[in-house]
Amino acid sequence: MIKFIIKGILRDKSKSIIPIAVISVGVMVTVMMSGFLEGIFSDVINQNAKLDTGHVKIMTKPYAENKEQLPNDLALLEISELIDSLNLNYPDLIWTPRIKFGGIMDVPDASGNTKSQGPGMGLAMSIQSKESGELQRLQLKKSLNKGRLPERSGEIILSDDYATKLNISPGEKITFFGTTMEGSMVFQSFEMTGTVRFGSPLMDKGTFIIDISDAQNMLDMENGTGELLGYFKDNRYDDQKALIISENFNTKFNESKDEYAPMMLTLKDQNGLRESLDMGDAFSGIFIFIFILAMSLVLWNTGLIGGLRRYNEFGIRLALGESKNNVFKLLLIEASVIGTIGSIIGTILGVIFCYYLQEVGIDISEDTANSTIIMPSVMRAYVTPNLFFIGFIPGLFSMLFGTALAGRGIYKRETARLFKELEV
Amino acid sequence: MKKEPIIQVKNASKSYPIAGKEFMALKQIDLSLNKGEFAGIVGPSGSGKTTLLNIIGSLDKPTKGDAFVLNKDIKALSHKEAASLRNYHIGFIFQVFNLLPVYTVFENVEFALLLQNNSAKERREAVMRALKWVGLSDHADKRPDKLSGGESQRVAIARAMVKTPKIVLADEPTANLDSENAHEILKTMKKLNQELGTTFLFSTHDEKVMGYLDRTIHLRDGKIEKDEKN
Repeated sequence: MIKFIIKGILRDKSKSIIPIAVISVGVMVTVMMSGFLEGIFSDVINQNAKLDTGHVKIMTKPYAENKEQLPNDLALLEISELIDSLNLNYPDLIWTPRIKFGGIMDVPDASGNTKSQGPGMGLAMSIQSKESGELQRLQLKKSLNKGRLPERSGEIILSDDYATKLNISPGEKITFFGTTMEGSMVFQSFEMTGTVRFGSPLMDKGTFIIDISDAQNMLDMENGTGELLGYFKDNRYDDQKALIISENFNTKFNESKDEYAPMMLTLKDQNGLRESLDMGDAFSGIFIFIFILAMSLVLWNTGLIGGLRRYNEFGIRLALGESKNNVFKLLLIEASVIGTIGSIIGTILGVIFCYYLQEVGIDISEDTANSTIIMPSVMRAYVTPNLFFIGFIPGLFSMLFGTALAGRGIYKRETARLFKELEV
Repeated sequence: MKKEPIIQVKNASKSYPIAGKEFMALKQIDLSLNKGEFAGIVGPSGSGKTTLLNIIGSLDKPTKGDAFVLNKDIKALSHKEAASLRNYHIGFIFQVFNLLPVYTVFENVEFALLLQNNSAKERREAVMRALKWVGLSDHADKRPDKLSGGESQRVAIARAMVKTPKIVLADEPTANLDSENAHEILKTMKKLNQELGTTFLFSTHDEKVMGYLDRTIHLRDGKIEKDEKN
């Protein structure tokens, strides 16, 4: 009987093409939007994690309260001991220190006079240590636009836009003017080795990177750091795990009377990410719900029209001795076949579109040039395993739901009227 | 032919509510048909022919009285049991051929057997046998839109006969056919009645059909006016 029904679907185009087209479009849009939102949220998480928040971050409490001011005078000290303790207690995480600091960068000309000058944000990290994984984490090699990465002490790289603004090329000297941890003035010259693109407009505007040991020496922060970032070894952010770890860590220092006691924040607890990402998730859910509802209504309508068109067919089948239950059951099987075909087509098209957007992306750097939050300059969709069912299940479900609603008419059919009805 | 009652209608009445009043479509009908009869219910429109056919075909139930078909009490049958009775034992032929347009002649005839869970081989043999009975073996792969009216009605007969039912109910089967085709169809049905012993009951006011009937039951205003052997 199923074979018989499938033959009917394949041959009767009007029975199949409209519902398949509706489902395909609905599923495709659901998959596309889902992949796109997934891509944006993942990129936001990844960008924030690698450039700023880590999966968890440890700072002193006063530093955390004033972190927008980059208060390195409130930095963590004796971090080697702290890292040893963290490695022991939280073996799932890799710990890496980062120092953020601000200052003026001055580029001298051949005679030593200022050629160009501008404010910049310094980011110090373990780029000379292979164990830290910072080069891979920030994909600095991949992001390198000109020259090479720093290989020894006294070398510096600049964001590409910043280097252009300062009119400096690899191999030239550049001098940092700023203050130490204690507030003393500091001048330090570096050799610029290359430029990078971070892919985040905020960072690309005016960031330079030096090795953490150079920053510690320059800013009088020996064995100290502004922030200590923790990354899960599998490089995937797990909010539940991060929350447990941070609660566990913070409990130990809650009662501490030390003014500079450390505290740990999860990725989502920083930069307002929890609210933004939760809202994104909620919008994503609402979006999918609206699509299921809209598709169900369209398919219900399609089912009703199909039911009217097939009124005679159902009448003949009932007269020939098919039970109402069986007619309804086969109608649902038909709907499942149509729903499955439509959902497969929609999923394939949606995934292809997402794959295209994953590889090419949409450049929004011009729109986000003045952004004050860390976000990617290219919006990309992500092809993830859940894309293969996120549209498929609603597509199938809405077809079944629409058909079930429309198919209720079968039970209202009076067999006593069949002869009269089938005379028409 | 063995006189075996296959249909028994006893003091059966059927009423419908119309505009707040009860309309009596059938009034105290008593009727018995034996196995192998070739009978017809004749009468003008509104005389209750289709209502009686509905009750015998287990598509409807009498309001009062009883109806037994193959010893099954129509009033007592559930919807599923009534469907099963139609599926296995009653064939229907309609005034309009009512073939499923997207299926071939073979598949239209086969459909009646699909509900009985027969094997593909059994179905194929039965369908080809039924098509041979109606002279359409060569048309098995055609779609209904490629058939003439007469051929379409012969497919409908094959569909009714393929499950070798005990009873075939035909509602004005010649109404949409020209004279020549009508005679062909009636001859086919008569032949099947004689060869297979199937009971045929027509609802008609077509003189051509009446000419072939062995028994004519005249119905007027819901009552049997005359029941005559021809």
